[in-house]
Formats: sequence, C-alpha cells, structure tokens
Amino acid sequence: MADKILKELKIKVWRQKNAKSKGKFETYIINDISTGSSFLEMMDILNNDLIEKGIDPIAFDHDCREGICGTCSLYINGRPHGPDTEVTTCQLHMRKFKDGETIIIEPWRARAFPVIKDLVVDRTAFDKILQAGGFVSVNTGGVPDANAIPVSRDDAEEAMDAAACIGCGACVAACKNSSAMLFVSAKVSHLANLPQGKVEAKSRALNMVSKMDELGFGGCTNTRACEVECPKSISIMNIARLNREYLKSRLSR
Amino acid sequence: MSILDSKIPEGPLAEKWNKHKAAIKVVSPANKRKLEIIVVGTGLGGASAAASLAELGYKVKAFCYQDSPRRAHSIAAQGGINAAKNYQNDNDSVFRLFYDTIKGGDYRAREANVYRLAEVSPNIIDQCVAQGVPFGREYGGLLDNRSFGGVLVSRTFYARGQTGQQLLIGAYQALNRQIAKGNVEMYSRHEMLDVVKIDGKARGIIARDLVTGEIKRYGAHAVVVATGGYGNVFFLSTNAMGSNGSAAWQCYKKGAFMSNPCFVQIHPTCIPVHGDQQSKLTLMSESLRNDGRVWVPKKKEDAVKLQKGELHPNDIADEDRDFYLERRYPSYGNLVPRDVASRAAKERCDAGFGVNSEGKAVFLDFKYAIERLGKSVIEARYGNLFQMYEKITDVDPYKAPMMIYPAIHYSMGGTWVDYNLMTSVPGLYSIGEANFSDHGANRLGASALMQGLADGYFILPYTIGDYLADEIMTPKVDVSAPEFAEAEKEVTARIEKLYNIKGTKSVDYFHKKLGHVMWDYVGMSRNAEGLKKAIEMIKEIREEFWKDVRIPGELDNLNPELEKAGRVADFFDIGELMARDALDRNESCGGHFREESATEEGEAKRNDEKFTYVSCWEYKGEGAEPALHKEDLVFENVKLTQRSYK
Ligand SMILES: Cc1cc2nc3c(=O)[nH]c(=O)nc-3n(C[C@H](O)[C@H](O)[C@H](O)COP(=O)(O)OP(=O)(O)OC[C@H]3O[C@@H](n4cnc5c(N)ncnc54)[C@H](O)[C@@H]3O)c2cc1C
Ligand code: SF4
Ligand code: FES
Repeated sequence: MADKILKELKIKVWRQKNAKSKGKFETYIINDISTGSSFLEMMDILNNDLIEKGIDPIAFDHDCREGICGTCSLYINGRPHGPDTEVTTCQLHMRKFKDGETIIIEPWRARAFPVIKDLVVDRTAFDKILQAGGFVSVNTGGVPDANAIPVSRDDAEEAMDAAACIGCGACVAACKNSSAMLFVSAKVSHLANLPQGKVEAKSRALNMVSKMDELGFGGCTNTRACEVECPKSISIMNIARLNREYLKSRLSR
Repeated sequence: MSILDSKIPEGPLAEKWNKHKAAIKVVSPANKRKLEIIVVGTGLGGASAAASLAELGYKVKAFCYQDSPRRAHSIAAQGGINAAKNYQNDNDSVFRLFYDTIKGGDYRAREANVYRLAEVSPNIIDQCVAQGVPFGREYGGLLDNRSFGGVLVSRTFYARGQTGQQLLIGAYQALNRQIAKGNVEMYSRHEMLDVVKIDGKARGIIARDLVTGEIKRYGAHAVVVATGGYGNVFFLSTNAMGSNGSAAWQCYKKGAFMSNPCFVQIHPTCIPVHGDQQSKLTLMSESLRNDGRVWVPKKKEDAVKLQKGELHPNDIADEDRDFYLERRYPSYGNLVPRDVASRAAKERCDAGFGVNSEGKAVFLDFKYAIERLGKSVIEARYGNLFQMYEKITDVDPYKAPMMIYPAIHYSMGGTWVDYNLMTSVPGLYSIGEANFSDHGANRLGASALMQGLADGYFILPYTIGDYLADEIMTPKVDVSAPEFAEAEKEVTARIEKLYNIKGTKSVDYFHKKLGHVMWDYVGMSRNAEGLKKAIEMIKEIREEFWKDVRIPGELDNLNPELEKAGRVADFFDIGELMARDALDRNESCGGHFREESATEEGEAKRNDEKFTYVSCWEYKGEGAEPALHKEDLVFENVKLTQRSYK
C-alpha cells in the first residue's frame, strides 16, 4: 500500500515537569506525517518542531524500536500501546490514524509506576518483583550438560509462550486495579514449566506475589483487560497457573 | 618490544586456555569480599559478568542507561547462538567452530582468542538451560539446532525468533538474584561519562543520574566496560536508539587503544528506508534467505516503473527478473555471506535497478518457495517475521515480494584487549561487542551472543582475578581523591558547554548529517578520496554542531536531548577515526571493502602481506592526529585463503 500524507493531526499530550509537579494536557498541531511512519517517528517530528520553537520536547521512553525491549509505553486514545493489536507503541504505525484526528497520549497510570517526567514512568517495581524470586538459583559453572534433562517439546513451547513477556507494563496500565498479575504469572509459568525451574516453583510464586502486593499493585478481578492489551499475547491462563502454584505453597506452609 | 602485549599464552592452541587458567592468580574468598568491581552495561556481556563476579564474592556495581537491565540491546537478537556441542553428530567440533570463525572473519582475528571462544561455547548452553532458557527442542525432549550463515554444520541454538531476549532474561535473572542478595548494586538510568584513573590504573567512573541530572563518582578496584557497539554513528542502523560508542570513547581518551574501528557489519536483509522521517532500521532475520530468492528487474524501464509505483512486481515475468546472486555466485546463490550479499544489492541499486520509490531496495521473493513447499510450511518457518514485516510496511509477503536493503548492524571493531580482556589501561576491561577481539573483519551469524556470554560467564571471572590478586592490599577507593574531582569537573564542564551553546538546530539534525557522510563514504564501499573527504566533512559538521546545537530542557532533570547530544558529540570523533582506519587499510577484507583492492570482477581482494594486523589507535589529545600501532596477527593453525563463493 502506498503511503499517504496525514496533513494535520492534533496531539493532546500529558505534560508533567517531574515526579513532584502536577501535570496537565497540552495540545500541539503537527502537519504532513506519512502513514508509513511509526508512531514514535511522529513523536520525533513533533519534538523537533518543539525544539525549533524553543519548547521543551516531550519526554517518552523508547529504545529498540522493534517491539522487543519493552521500553516504549504510551497510553494512546485510551489504550496501552494504542489502537493496533499485538504491537508495542514503537511498532504502531500512523496508517492506523485518520487525517484531522485528535490523538490523546498519556503515560501508564498506576500507583506503582510513578511519573518521572511527561510520559516517562518509573517501572523499577517490576524489577523488584523479579528480584523476589523470578530466577533459578544456580551459579555460573558446575551445571549439568544441557541435554542431561530432556524437556518435552510442549513444556518448552509453553514456557517460551510465557517467557515472551517484555516487561512493558501495559497489563498494569490496562487494569482498573493496576494489578501486575499477568506479568507475575508470566514469569512464574515460564519457570514452572521447566524442570530446572520447578524446584523453586512454590517459594517463587509466594515471594513474587507478596512483593507485588507490597509494592502497591492491585488485586486481580478477572477483567481480562490485561490479556487484550498485552503486545505479546501473554494468556491469562498463566494467572490460573500462578494461583495454583500460590495455593500449593500456602497449603504446604 | 612493542607497547602492545597481547599476553597470548605459549604452547599448542588447544592447551593455551587451560594452561593459562592454571598459571593465573586466584583471589581468596575473604579478599574477594573486599574488592569492588564496576560493570558498565547489562547486555549479555555485562549482565553475565556482573552476576558471575558477584557469585564469586566480589562487590559489584552495575550500570545501564535504560530503566531496567533487561532492556539492553542484546534483547533484540533474533536468530540464535552458536556452540560446538556436536549434538547433531554432524562432525562439529571446537576446532571446526574456531576455523569457521577465523575464516568468516577473513583472517583478521587472533587465533588464541577465537579458539578459547569455541572451547567455552558448550558451557554457555549448559548454563543457559540450567537458568531456564526455553531453547527450541525436538519431540524427544532434546535441544534442537538450526544452521546459520553459510557454515556446513547445524550448531545454532535458538528460542524461536527471540534468542537474544531469552538469553538476556537468563542473565538478567542471575543478576537479579545477586541484586536481591545485596552483592550487586544496580544503577539503572545512569550513564557513564568518564573513567577515572589513579596512578595509571582504572579506579572508577563518573556517571550522570539521568533522572535527577546529578553527576556522581563511583570507585572500584577494576572497571569493566560492556557497553555494546557503535553502529549508530551511521544514524540509521539496527541498533537501539540509545546504543552508543561513548563509554568506549571515554576509555580511548584515557589511554585504551581502539582497534579496527573501520570493521562494521552491514546486514543485507533489513527493511528499506522510507522517506526522511525514519528513525531506525529493522532487521529481517538472515534465515529468510534460505527460502527467499533475491532479484531486481532485468530491464531498466521496469525498474523505473516500479520506482514510480506504476508496475506491480508480480507482473514482471520470470525471464525479466535478474536473480543477481544466483547469477554471480552460482554455488552459494542467495546464501552468500552478509558482506557479499550487501555489496551486490548496492551494486544493482547504484546501477539504477532499485525497486522502491527511492531506488534503494531489492526484492526477496517467497513466491517460489510457496509454490514448492506450500504456504503452511513457509508460515511455520517465518510466520512471525512475515507478520512483523506486514505491520511495518503494510505489504503481505505471502502475496508480494518483500523489499529489503542492507543496513548497519554490528561493530567488529572496538576497544583493544589482551588475552585477559584487559585494555591497555591496567584494571580497565572491555567485553562483548564493545571490544574488538573475536570476529576479525566480519562476524558470523549467531556468534555475537556466544562471545558476550563467553566473556561474561567464563572468561572475565577468571582473568580479572589475575589482576585483582595484586590489589588485595588496596583499600576501598576514595572518591574524594583529586583525580575524581578533576574528572567530575571535566564532565560537568562539557555538559555545560553543550547546554549553553543554545543554537538553532536539534541534535538529530547533526546526527543525520553525520550519518549521511558515514554511509556515503565510510559505508559499504570505500576509496581513499572519499575517505579523505569524509574526514574533512565530519570536521565541518562537528564544528557546526559545537556552534549551533540547541539543547532545551534542564540540566537537573530527565533530558533526553542532552543525553543524545553527548553521544552524538562522540560519534563525530568515532566516525573520523573510522575513516582514518579505513584509509590506512588499503585492502578489502570482510565488511571492509576498498575499491582500490578488488579483482577484475569486482570481488574483494585481501592483502595478507601488508595488512595481517590489528590496527590499534592511540589517543594523542584533542585535535591531534592519533598514533597507529599494529599488532601483527600470527596464524599457526590455519592456512590463509581467499574467500570464494562463486
Ligand atoms: C537486530 C539485531 C539482531 C541480532 N541478532 C543476533 C543473533 O541472532 N545472533 C548473534 O549472535 N548476535 C546477534 N546480534 C548481535 C548481538 O545481539 C550483539 O552484538 C550483542 O547482544 C551485544 O551485547 P553486549 O552485551 O555487548 O551489548 P548490549 O546488549 O548492546 O548492551 C549494552 C549495555 O551497555 C549499556 N550502556 C551503553 N552505554 C552506556 C553508558 N555510557 N553508560 C551506562 N551504560 C551504558 C546499555 O544500557 C546496555 O545495558 C544482533 C544484533 C541486532 C542489533
Ligand atoms: S504481560 Fe504483556 S503487557 Fe504485561 S508486561 Fe508482559 S508483555 Fe507487557
Ligand atoms: S522501543 Fe523497544 S519495545 Fe518499543
């Protein structure tokens, strides 16, 4: 499909100087955007305009721009990662928008993800949850040969499905309770599906869930909003699995 | 005696690493607790090193510029990781992997380092499996392999099209475990801006807290730099937006030699540039060339119509298609190595046969494979890549050919290191893509992941002990030392200088300009005249930058423009050094093609008599010409031959 030009767009974007200040929406007009451009390229162009006008450009998080690092995190027209399905913000393209449209851009909104500046939020809470148990306790060296323990193909594939989580936080942003259950369950399932991870499965689930609660994420009420918005199609079946692992560990206490 | 001592151990190739390990010093557990190590970067190299060093008992501080260590650009690697496991019983071996890597690198890497890389490669796979990396498996439950990039055996391990992601998550998990134990202090959103030397030894770094803008000092007994490659000097590349060469450049300015900077890899299968709004290039996995056929029209008028959008590629008859790789390289066809495929695409496009509106693209067509194997087979093999392609370009590759074009992908060149991975500054180490060590003039597919993890898990944790064993009496490094104050002052002065230019143009404006010069003159095809011109042009752009760049925002706040400005300022210098290095190396080898050194048919011609060396550039001060030292490469175990894919 040949690219078209969007002659004018209204960008209504959240501006907030830093964590302490109060934010507000500002509206900017931007012209002549190719439908072949990515959403973040549109943001680059807008920022270049702002710089030329002497306005502080809009801060947003991004790095790989190919949908894998999980850094980009924009809440666009009421949806994390915007209107396309199964893509991150950086893979969203302008052909999903119409000429003359108003696009509303906000940061992830969740108590556990405080805003740092404009659209940039602090997601270190995710790191902390993983530090509470999202690993296999082996040191470098002294491990068995890689083929010593066969793993069924189905288990490996299921582990991989869950391991595909990029830690972007869209699930939290999509959830009215700001629950991190999809993210936590993805890690728990990834490791519990593999013999190497099974050994610590119980304590892992317990430790990660209590860390999640401690950090101010909400509880899960099965709205499935997370699954719908997850760019990597992480299934809420993982949450069921997490609940099982969690229950097992509570019972064995 | 040369000032370069590579410390390659004596003895037969296969025994060097074991002998070396037996000979180097070891630090006692009690002393390890007193020794601090800074690791800058948390990609495969940095995360694996930081975790392994902390497990050994060292006190580690790790840094990355992203908001989490998990986001390092290693995450983006798709295809896989090599290891000499010989699980397929296809006669793979440590020697074969070593040989393939040396030959693939066009004989411009050290034998001893490459052999060691091959030797530790099987341990990497064991380690990753133990960590829970979900590699692809066979129905019997054992690990599966694929073949990659023109080698004759199947030795590549993979996790779907997300191998880098899964390996990095493994290393990140190990790192997290050590952070939880208090053995690693993690500094995310921190950028290293200088390395600090005391009495000639690396003793710490200066870093900027990217959220508060605070400039801070960090001391340690040794510093490890694992900050990745400098491909973004070209503006457009497959690297992440923040990937940079600045940390390596600061090491260079503090006396660490920079080696083979002109060796960069250009990947043939990337999605082409569209217009001038583009910010980065997306790689389409090399594996696509297994089933896709590369072509452009035979007739120029067809090409012109394609460029104007007046003709659909499917309407061009088979006999009017020029399958130029199959034509030029009948024995390897579409599977020629990366550098050869890239140059051939450029040649056709330069001759006017490019197929997109810019005339800078060739077709990669799956029509024939779909006819032969059926759509479902192709879907199973490449479904996710096809989906990604369609999301980006809005073209369905099942129905119309993909368009591809070469793009900058990897830097083989980097900081010079000895066999211990130590730079020419004592106590300063460089690992992963940041160093120059293992890939010569061209890197084989699936070997960068292997090198990063080899360095971090299995080499550095041993070799750093040899240095630190002599440091056990050194007390905790005092960051109030005058050397730290001096470095901090310089860093602050530079930031203020940039910020106070208050010119009229954005950082990107200059970065793009630099990128064009690099791509045109220091890109896929180079000649002396062009390189000299590039050096002059870079100087001009740099001058303009330092007069006219505008950095809005505040110094004491998150300020992405300020971060970019610092990195781009260094890219000018790196670009210039690359051009100098390319000028010095008047031969064609691997990714480096000098038009003056080609066969009559236009193929690359190496010159072993004159250029069997590693170039090692020494910084001589601002504006002064750098000095070139040469580390001669000695080949005792392989015979040098010209590569041929005809
Ligand atoms: C798209 C793509 C696909 C690839 N596919 C493959 C493949 O299939 N197989 C393969 O073997 N290789 C592949 N490669 C190459 C391979 O991924 C990289 O070479 C390798 O992962 C680099 O790892 P690294 O640890 O050296 O650096 P990176 O992973 O790039 O990490 C750099 C780290 O340094 C930090 N950093 C940088 N500068 C600073 C600073 N100044 N201060 C603080 N921190 C800093 C960053 O935050 C980051 O943590 C691919 C590369 C790309 C781009
Ligand atoms: S589960 Fe999905 S939405 Fe949540 S962090 Fe992972 S990838 Fe992002
Ligand atoms: S920038 Fe990496 S996923 Fe979007």
